[in-house]
Amino acid sequence: MLWRAPAPPVSLVLEGRVVDPGEGLDACLRVVVTEGVITAIEPGIDAAMLLAPAFVDPHVHLRTPGREDEETIATGTAAAAAGGYCAIVGMPNTEPVVDSAAVLGALIELARDEAVVPTGFMAAITKGQRGEELAEMAELAALGAVAFTDDGRPVASPGLMRNALRYSVVAGRPLALHEEESTLSRDGQMHEGAVSAELGLAGWPSLAETLMIERDLTLAAYEHRPVHIMHVSAAGSVAAVRAAKARGVAVTAEVTPHHLCLTDEAVRTLDPNMKMNPPLRTQADRDALLEGLRDGTLDCVGTDHAPHARHEKDAPFEEAPFGVTGLETSFSALYTSLVEPGLVELATLLERMSAGPARALALPVPRIRVGEHANIVVIDPEAEWEVREETFRSRSVNSWLLGERLHGRVVQTVADGRLAHDLVTVGSAR
Amino acid sequence: MSEQRAGGSPRPPGETAPRHLLAVSDLTRDDVERILDTARALSRTLDREVKKLPTLRGRLVVNMFYESSTRTLSSFDLAAKRLSADTMSLRSSGSSVDKGESLRDTALTLAAYDPDVIVVRHPHIGAPQVVAAATDAHVVNAGDGKHQHPTQALLDLYTIREAFDRLDGVHVAIVGDVLHSRVARSLIEALAIVGARVTLVGPPTLVPWEIEEMGCSVSHEIGAIADADVVYVLRMQRERMLPGSAFVPSLREYTTLYGITPDRVRAGQVVMHPGPMNRGVEIDPRVADSPAALVTTQVRAGLVVRMAVLYDLLTRGPAGTSRVRLADPGGTAWNDLAIPAAPPLEVA
Repeated sequence: MLWRAPAPPVSLVLEGRVVDPGEGLDACLRVVVTEGVITAIEPGIDAAMLLAPAFVDPHVHLRTPGREDEETIATGTAAAAAGGYCAIVGMPNTEPVVDSAAVLGALIELARDEAVVPTGFMAAITKGQRGEELAEMAELAALGAVAFTDDGRPVASPGLMRNALRYSVVAGRPLALHEEESTLSRDGQMHEGAVSAELGLAGWPSLAETLMIERDLTLAAYEHRPVHIMHVSAAGSVAAVRAAKARGVAVTAEVTPHHLCLTDEAVRTLDPNMKMNPPLRTQADRDALLEGLRDGTLDCVGTDHAPHARHEKDAPFEEAPFGVTGLETSFSALYTSLVEPGLVELATLLERMSAGPARALALPVPRIRVGEHANIVVIDPEAEWEVREETFRSRSVNSWLLGERLHGRVVQTVADGRLAHDLVTVGSAR
Repeated sequence: MSEQRAGGSPRPPGETAPRHLLAVSDLTRDDVERILDTARALSRTLDREVKKLPTLRGRLVVNMFYESSTRTLSSFDLAAKRLSADTMSLRSSGSSVDKGESLRDTALTLAAYDPDVIVVRHPHIGAPQVVAAATDAHVVNAGDGKHQHPTQALLDLYTIREAFDRLDGVHVAIVGDVLHSRVARSLIEALAIVGARVTLVGPPTLVPWEIEEMGCSVSHEIGAIADADVVYVLRMQRERMLPGSAFVPSLREYTTLYGITPDRVRAGQVVMHPGPMNRGVEIDPRVADSPAALVTTQVRAGLVVRMAVLYDLLTRGPAGTSRVRLADPGGTAWNDLAIPAAPPLEVA
């Protein structure tokens, strides 16, 4: 289900404060990696670095096939490695859409050729993501589709959504849902509220997301099928997911770094890098997202890394496409905005960026344990760095963090036993 | 950025005046009053036999209009010409815009002519910001989507001040489609800066969610205009009734509920409209043609206010000063008008 280019396994010793919430670890340790496998964990002395299970991103737009000018498998996975990821999942809203075994097969071949970190792919729920007929989900799942989604747009028809849920039994993989009632969001450019009233930008109300989530949770409960709710942005949506979990619905939910860090006030600058779908919402929504991340209602952080060509993003706000990049900045942004001010515990953040997303999409959970393949991120928590265009491995630079100074930096990423990113050598080769 | 500062509050020490007029929030109360005073001084030149002033001779004002416009384009064009600036107007049809050129590239092309001011009208919010980022010229927003139309707000303030001799405490009722109106948004902000009171009146579907946060009150009853000094009528656009955007059931019902008819206008009230009017829809022809209607007064105000805005941008602040000197190294008596230290404008 995950593919990467061939690379030699690494042998090295990593030392630092090891935090793996799943293993109950938070101690200064030396982790010995031999031929890509963790062979020993010993007491350590130097706790300058932070070691954690490497991250898993359930939501990445790799733009291939079709928009290789914006991102390729090679550049997108290099960006992922720089962000500390050992696994990422690409979205199917490409040109053509990933809705057939032929397109998925070609992507898998590309990943085997050029993916720096293990990469999986979601396939479309409906042919061409048109919301009319189901894609051949069983064949796509047999080939290795991680999950099914029409991300970028909702499945508008409740009848079709119900059939997709029922049919997903034969595929054996979950549905991942972009929740937007389009007759309410219409041509919305930003959150509907006081800021949109003042700016005159068409509003995309929270209601349009919450209503659709409530519909799909009701359908999922009725059909006893698991669903993954993508990029939750509104307080009402968090409440809906929390209530469904309490009722025993098999739902997991995802939140983006930008929704956790920003509010719609950021749109006042009319910077197109503040334009996302779903849109940035109010402080009350952000507070609810933070509470959801803390209490586990929101299982995971997904970047919704959405590269866009400079000439398309460098346009009036209303003309610019939705979406921002995020792979290379997610940990540092969340560490700076959430962990340092004490809004979220470090262990919670690490869990929501690694084990949380892996479990949500039924992928292997990275663990720091003897005998496991090494999937480890090494972070310098004292590092301070400025986000500049030149720092990106991604082929696109539409980051909401350009010019910001962030704390904590990923310096090494070991993904599936391979050294995928090495900013400064902190471990000694054996 | 200047947008971060609440509109109208004094500029903190050390913060220079913005080089552009992109939104009403770029202005302080002092800026507004200075521009209105300049406009009043300039209005006296309109009665002369020769109406042209040499003040901006040698300066280039470019109008980039990506939306059809009669009054705004003609008003900016004439304002620049009355101040002896060279003008150049670019419309979206019949230009390279039709060939798919991006706004930024068009702005860079025009910037090669070294314009002093670029006036931008565009259907999309944020377009003037793109032009301002791409060029060294002063940029004036002549309307961007549903966002802002700051010179319209200034000419409306000018008109109200001429009618009531004050702005502080004047009560303005803005009636109609506030949701889609950049005129309303700019005017609400401008009226707040000068201490006027604002009531919005219209159907709930055409008044934006949470707009009360801008400091105005909202009513859905036309009777709420009775208390106002100014009834400001917004254009009601037919496309608001299209399928999928059914904000009101019909123009007929809209007119019945919110049309400004003679019986709804109280003696002593004035009626304003930014144009173009839909007679018989949002405004009854008998009101439009009555002495209470200041519609053509607004158009005349538009000319002098835009002259004042161009004058203000090119003679104030470090950027404006240096460009004036560059443009005319010799200097003349007339150009002394434009030399810094904020000399009062003399047009006796």
